[in-house]
Amino acid sequence: MKLLKLVPDHTNLDFMRWRNLALVLSLIATVVSIGYTIYHGLNLGIDFVGGQVVRVEFTQPVHIEDLRSRVDRLGVGEASIQALGNDRTYQVRLPRPQGPEAASNAVVSKLRSAIPQVYPGARVDAGESVSGKVSEELAQNSAIAVALAMLGIAVYIWFRFEWQFGVGALLTLGHDIAMTLGFFAFTRLQVDLNVVAAFLTIVGYSLNDTVVIYDRIRENLRKYRKMAILPLLNLSLNETLARTVVTSLTVLIALGILMLIGPQVIFGLAIAIFLGVLIGTYSSIYISAPVLVWLGVQPDSFLKSDEKEDEAATQPA
Amino acid sequence: MLEFPRWKVWLIGLVIALGVLLSIPSLIAGTQYSGSWPKWLPQYKISLGLDLAGGSHLLLEADANDALKQRLQAKEDEIATELRHDPRIDVGDISTAGGRISFMVRNPAQVDATVERMRKLSQPLALTGNRDWDVQVVDSTRVVLTPTRDGTVRALKDAMNVARDVVRRRIDPSGTKEITVITEGGNRILVEVPGVEDPEALKKLIGQTARLEFKLVDLSANPADVQAGRAPAGSQVLPMADGSGAIAVKRRVMVSGDQLTDAQQSFDQDGRPDINIKFNTAGARRFARTTQENVGKPFAIILDDKVLSAPNINEPILGGNAQISGSFTVQSAHDLAVSLASGKLPVKLNVIEERTVSAELGQDSIHKGVIASVISVFAVIIFMLVTYGRFGVYANIALVVNAFLILGIMAMFNATLTLPGIAGFILTIGAAVDANVLINERIREEIRRGRRLIDAVETGYHEAFRAIFDANVTHVISAAIMAYFGSGPVRGFAVVLLIGVVTSVFTAVYFTRMLVALWIRRARPRALHI
Repeated sequence: MKLLKLVPDHTNLDFMRWRNLALVLSLIATVVSIGYTIYHGLNLGIDFVGGQVVRVEFTQPVHIEDLRSRVDRLGVGEASIQALGNDRTYQVRLPRPQGPEAASNAVVSKLRSAIPQVYPGARVDAGESVSGKVSEELAQNSAIAVALAMLGIAVYIWFRFEWQFGVGALLTLGHDIAMTLGFFAFTRLQVDLNVVAAFLTIVGYSLNDTVVIYDRIRENLRKYRKMAILPLLNLSLNETLARTVVTSLTVLIALGILMLIGPQVIFGLAIAIFLGVLIGTYSSIYISAPVLVWLGVQPDSFLKSDEKEDEAATQPA
Repeated sequence: MLEFPRWKVWLIGLVIALGVLLSIPSLIAGTQYSGSWPKWLPQYKISLGLDLAGGSHLLLEADANDALKQRLQAKEDEIATELRHDPRIDVGDISTAGGRISFMVRNPAQVDATVERMRKLSQPLALTGNRDWDVQVVDSTRVVLTPTRDGTVRALKDAMNVARDVVRRRIDPSGTKEITVITEGGNRILVEVPGVEDPEALKKLIGQTARLEFKLVDLSANPADVQAGRAPAGSQVLPMADGSGAIAVKRRVMVSGDQLTDAQQSFDQDGRPDINIKFNTAGARRFARTTQENVGKPFAIILDDKVLSAPNINEPILGGNAQISGSFTVQSAHDLAVSLASGKLPVKLNVIEERTVSAELGQDSIHKGVIASVISVFAVIIFMLVTYGRFGVYANIALVVNAFLILGIMAMFNATLTLPGIAGFILTIGAAVDANVLINERIREEIRRGRRLIDAVETGYHEAFRAIFDANVTHVISAAIMAYFGSGPVRGFAVVLLIGVVTSVFTAVYFTRMLVALWIRRARPRALHI
């Protein structure tokens, strides 16, 4: 059997030739992404702003305008209605009511009983109600968790490699998260707790490639002490390219299937991780590696660190 | 490389067999085969999260002001009782204004004795040595009891534990349902009830404090004053539950719901729903004495500071049984009976988060999730096969074993599978082969460099392991943070990722290494097709 080789043997692409251009483009994309997210905001789900949502499953297709006018007539407040994947599943979202906590859930109950009366056979599949207090906490905890994960991983990389690698990892992660956020801001896909879970996963998985490439760079820095840094990075990237492509593909295949035919409820999670892995593959080549040149990693960097280890007893850092 | 001792082979085989064995009950659960699983084999099962099983999730938070209020009231009653004991101390009105209790001692000679007795009422707190109430004398005759900070914290903690038990009894009086009621973060209670799709009934049961009190009606009060909300000294104005005005009652509690042993919904002579209650011995004695002393006078039945009804005492009630009438429906009488029987909530609970999922949506999620999982497993298997041939087959065997191990470990720890957990499973499937990709690519590389077969395989496994280890540590860091910060479904996702990281290193590195070693030893290949 002839085996599939997506990356031919002895591939030798000059990745680093485009490093400055790629870095500038990435920088621009990151800045635009962050700016767009700040300016337009994210479509935050009730997990983060509070409010109420019911998910309704109809027995036959329902027109969104028809549903909107009927819900408006119930007098439950300003409702925003969104189709979920098809014209028989809708999400009706209502703002968090002002006033006492107890009233907050009454609206969901009202919809729960009113909708099947107007549309016989319709079923309220899920109802959620999140108070302002809880949503604030969830938003805060999510931000802390993502920041902590990024820092934790950067510190680990620093500890296992050198400080330049830790900085590189952190910048790579910042880029990946910023781009994914930008995507969510642009597409208006709803950001809920699942999407934050996806962000945390991206932090772990987008760094997968980076770690593998860094590991090879470290190995080559020790092996070829006379080689200039740019050819050495190119060599490392080419040596790991086949693995990068194959692994990214398997993850993307699995997630793509989940995204296309999996449950609609976790579409946001699936697409976020899918995108994160895709962006992570790019950034591990064009951000993680060039940052090392930028931070002044030289072929003798590791030589020095080896010697430092030997002299650690006499010369505390 | 070739040296793979027999005991290691057996050990790895044993671990895998165990994983498969543990995962089967979860896989066949709900199918026609679930009954045919032998009883002597492990029965551990993965539990399904509410987003898959359907049900209601409620997060309740204690109303801190109410907790303080209830604590002050309880203390006030305690003090009033203590002061009546011999030697009796005559005091003015007990005030609970400003979050503390204060009263005037009429006889200045008794001030020191009063302070002494008040101090005895306060409890020392275990760790700090502070007491739960601070007793002081102001203006030489006014005794002031202020709750200490530590005491308030402790009281809230105790109240939450009681509240948790009360909530559990109210939702599940028979104690047979699989419900979750746990305290969280000091002032919250998490309630998860599978199968319940409309949480309104739940919330009604939980929303009522159910503090029942019997107090005498103050007939001396001027009706005009009562309507204006003013009551004579020693009395208070309370609204009627049905909204028909207000009534003045004595502050002193005749009997309270704490002294109930049972409460049941029944009907009165006219067929209207009411509630039959039964007092314990002390409560029955007190109720008998008070009714004997007050025949012909009305008393108020008060629930959560609202007067349900104010019937006349026609004759002394001696047996310790009483009926509570009011404008009830059968359902509301039943709910109140359950609430009374389960005890009062020591603190009012507000619903601050509510999530419900229908069983149909959960079933649909499982269905689609399983199909997506199966297809991704097959897609990855085919991809690995065409890319690495024989080594791909090994990776694929490892992949399938890995899937069983994840399920087996989850079952062993009775972990909860949530919908994001299914996504975590699929992600793990996609990422688990990464270790094999790293190893196989490295072997290809070493062969290109001209290493001999066994040497190349050995170097491949050895050199790839460093990167595999580091990459998996990064996964563990992010998943652990997710497990710590996340709640419910998200935590389920993190748990699958964490288990998947550990099992995938085992299957992708050690297990495939064994398969490769056994093959090389048996077939003694001269060239590698990789």
